[in-house]
Amino acid sequence: MALPQAKQTATEERLAALTMPDAGCTRKAREAALARLREMGLPGRRDEYWKYTRPDTLISAEAPSAALFETDEPMMFHEFDRLKIVFIDGVFSAEASDDLTMEGVSIDRLEDICCKDIHWAKELYGVLEARGQTPVQRPLAALNTAYASDGVAIHVTGKPSRPISLIYRHASETSDAILHHVIRVESGAEVTILENGPAASRFNKCMEIDIADGGTLHHIRAQGRDHQRRAATHMFTRMGTESVYKSFTLTVNGVLTRNEQVVELTGDDAVAHVAGACVGDGEFHHDDTVFVTHDAVNCESRQVFKKVLRNGATGVFQGKILVKEGAQKTDGYQISQSLLLDDDSQFLAKPELEIYADDVACSHGSTSGAIDETALFYLRSRGVPTKDATDMLTLAFLAEAVDEIEDEALAEVIVSRLQEWLARRS
Amino acid sequence: MLEIKNLHVKLEEEEKEILKGVDLTVEPGKVHAIMGPNGSGKSTLSYVLSGRDGYEVTAGSAALEGEDLLDLEPEERAAAGLFLAFQYPVEIPGVGNMTFLRTAVNAQRKARGEDELSAADFLKVIRAKAKSLKIDADMLKRPVNVGFSGGEKKRNEILQMAMLEPKMCILDETDSGLDVDAMKLVSEGVNALRDEGRSFLVITHYQRLLDHIKPDVVHIMADGRIVKTGGPDLALEVEHNGYADILAEVN
Ligand SMILES: Nc1ncnc2c1ncn2[C@@H]1O[C@H](COP(=O)(O)OP(=O)(O)OP(=O)(O)O)[C@@H](O)[C@H]1O
Ligand SMILES: [Mg+2]
Repeated sequence: MALPQAKQTATEERLAALTMPDAGCTRKAREAALARLREMGLPGRRDEYWKYTRPDTLISAEAPSAALFETDEPMMFHEFDRLKIVFIDGVFSAEASDDLTMEGVSIDRLEDICCKDIHWAKELYGVLEARGQTPVQRPLAALNTAYASDGVAIHVTGKPSRPISLIYRHASETSDAILHHVIRVESGAEVTILENGPAASRFNKCMEIDIADGGTLHHIRAQGRDHQRRAATHMFTRMGTESVYKSFTLTVNGVLTRNEQVVELTGDDAVAHVAGACVGDGEFHHDDTVFVTHDAVNCESRQVFKKVLRNGATGVFQGKILVKEGAQKTDGYQISQSLLLDDDSQFLAKPELEIYADDVACSHGSTSGAIDETALFYLRSRGVPTKDATDMLTLAFLAEAVDEIEDEALAEVIVSRLQEWLARRS
Repeated sequence: MLEIKNLHVKLEEEEKEILKGVDLTVEPGKVHAIMGPNGSGKSTLSYVLSGRDGYEVTAGSAALEGEDLLDLEPEERAAAGLFLAFQYPVEIPGVGNMTFLRTAVNAQRKARGEDELSAADFLKVIRAKAKSLKIDADMLKRPVNVGFSGGEKKRNEILQMAMLEPKMCILDETDSGLDVDAMKLVSEGVNALRDEGRSFLVITHYQRLLDHIKPDVVHIMADGRIVKTGGPDLALEVEHNGYADILAEVN
């Protein structure tokens, strides 16, 4: 079917501004992705999946500029012993990065695997993204596969002693970065992936994660700092038997963020938790779009998303649990809640369940509300000043999402960032 | 200590007057009890004194040690030494009991220009006080009042009172929902705090509590007013005969 003219024009205008990297081994995957993209077209305002978030600035030929955030604050996770992989405006920096060797894992730059004939990543690049295009189209992810200019391939074969930390620095006010990472966690292997930083004025990031039977991946991400940055990210995760995937995202600041999580539980007894806490003030639009597919028996999935919004900030949640035929004993949970600190802010939610198996326990809920006045009075009656009491209740509201982080030290860092955010506001 | 004069209070949202001229003076070191039929305005009085929203004072005054209470924010009243043990303690998911109490204690100390308690000192004090109220360590770690039984919530109120060491303690039906042993524990907790510089206003429906916490003065509240004041015997009279005689007498 031909695309509507406007969509086709917008798509071609965007593509005209891009050059496909001359990447031998991923070439085929890239060309296939481009073909997919041309068929779908880039997202437009009338697309159902973009009903609550305007894609205009994410698909424009040029990235809107974004001022750099001046701060003395140390970067997130600085206090942790980790293997740092640094990208500046979307370009890998060998200088700023650590040596990429560590026991239990092998890390290659995307660029380097392209000159090898045989590499595991060739079997993954673009594959999960392509699977994730049905039943809902995700054109920005296809664009990413086709045009990603950098990224890493992480092969986890053991239990590396340190987390792998992907750091995205933003240096130019007009940078437009497209990064694509592929991760394979082998059977019984376990790794923690950290991500942080504003990355670029506009950031399109795609991560494909393949977790083999019994593998575990923890993902903790902090997006923030630069107020004017924009980001569209996709995480595609395919999970084998008894595998575990736990992902948490903290978002503070940023005019526009769209985070898509596409999780496919394909092996029995797998556990997937995706969570997010976001705090937005003023010009801030944050969209969590999650799609979890249960295609195996006795799997558990949790989606826990909490948003604190003030001064006209907007939060969006589109979350779906799809339980396929035969995915019996599925335990699916989904909660999305917003705390609106004033009347100007808004939360738009579309929670969905689609179930084709009969022996399942799935629940979902979505709420939006103000600070609980009764609780606030109770705290104040004990002498806690209004501002502190409001902050306590705000952190308490976010706690269910933050509690999804298993590592206590990491959870503490997230909480202290949230406290700082609250403290900066009066 | 506490001086309430001709206090008139109506609901902010509606033209409904609930307190219709309350006069009440509590001397330092004394325990006053308030009894009265359901709906007579006892809890409303305690809320208005502690500064809850939703009420409008249309006339009268309330002062704590000479300081006008009605002008202060709830947290300022707390720092000035006022404490209300709630009839219905509030559950606050996500806020740890211990964190809550430490924040409250230190906020009050700060407001009074005192040094904050260190984490270690705080822990030592709270452990001892919790123990005497039979509140176990697990309850201290749990979110404020969440999943607490009715009696546990009331004990938790008394623990907060013991930690905050207020001058003027208002207990709103702290005895309701307590079993016999818990009632003893709570009363002992209250009695331990009794001293010359601290006063109590104990709202209750039952003489039982007053067996343990011996009041100096008993007031009867009806239809938004203190209609009768007497000694401890007045509570016994209510216990035996109900309110009918007293109300008939004042009308
Ligand atoms: N926010 C409110 N909205 C409507 N009515 C109210 C409100 N607060 C109090 N009232 C009414 O005011 C009256 C006094 O209530 P209050 O709770 O003070 O009584 P009480 O003496 O504490 O009763 P009890 O012994 O049952 O605890 C009642 O009729 C009650 O319904
Ligand atoms: Mg009452």
